Amino acid sequence: MDLSLTTRQEGNHTVVVVGGEIDVYTAPKLREQLIDLVSGGSYHLVVDMEGVEFLDSTGLGVLVGGLKRVRAHDGSLSLVCTQERILKIFRITGLTKVFPIHSSVEDALAAHE
Amino acid sequence: MPTVELRFAALNGHVRTARMIATAVSRRAGVPAGAADEIKLAVTEACARAVRVNRRHAPQAPVHVALTETPDSFTITVADRGQTGDEVAPGPDGGLVTASTLLDLEPDSAAPPWWSEPAEEDVAGDSGGFPPGLGLALIEGLVDEVQISRGADGVGTVVAMTWHTGPAVEPAKPLL
Repeated sequence: MDLSLTTRQEGNHTVVVVGGEIDVYTAPKLREQLIDLVSGGSYHLVVDMEGVEFLDSTGLGVLVGGLKRVRAHDGSLSLVCTQERILKIFRITGLTKVFPIHSSVEDALAAHE
Repeated sequence: MPTVELRFAALNGHVRTARMIATAVSRRAGVPAGAADEIKLAVTEACARAVRVNRRHAPQAPVHVALTETPDSFTITVADRGQTGDEVAPGPDGGLVTASTLLDLEPDSAAPPWWSEPAEEDVAGDSGGFPPGLGLALIEGLVDEVQISRGADGVGTVVAMTWHTGPAVEPAKPLL
């Protein structure tokens, strides 16, 4: 399965819903999407990873790149993920210390209120 | 003799093909279902690394993947034709450094150098500013047994990853 990306606005947050496989081949699409959002003035992002079937280190790099970009504008990037196989990758890299990870989009939005 | 062998041009688009083949062959080899996600990630990281290394030093050379099944194990080797040891971050014990050590993300300490690099650096590269060797460091945290060696003819690096499918054995700590 390829990568799917949709975005929607929730108050002052932009929710990016990612589905499919984020790997070395598809990650550039996600990177472009995050860059476009930040250049368009969206500095508060929630990336919904519940539909992600696969994530590799390139995907992690793109998310870290996105986080660096929004932080440069005093923004935020939080993740929504409850899938153990994806969470494990954040844990073994220590990136759980860098990303706020929530169990639902509602929780992620509420954390910023 | 490997059960299945694959050679592919050093292009990112083929990494997914290698992942799908490795997943299918591992299933047939009797690797426990719980290890399927590990195998997917490990083969993806090893192949993506080999693609990068070949593109730097030997862009015309293919990446070579061999999947070998024995009665009690399943081994994936991924060989590149680049500079030996490229994108390998060795750990203090002669094995590989772990991903969390490599990224050095302590909550209280100052941010590691890769973190403070400006985001614009990431646009050109594929690594998100991560230090080289992260792919293999991830594998170290996932796979029963990882062995890194020089290619048989002295060129490139071979990453060998083994999963035990038979009775449980204490995994040997491989040397670089």
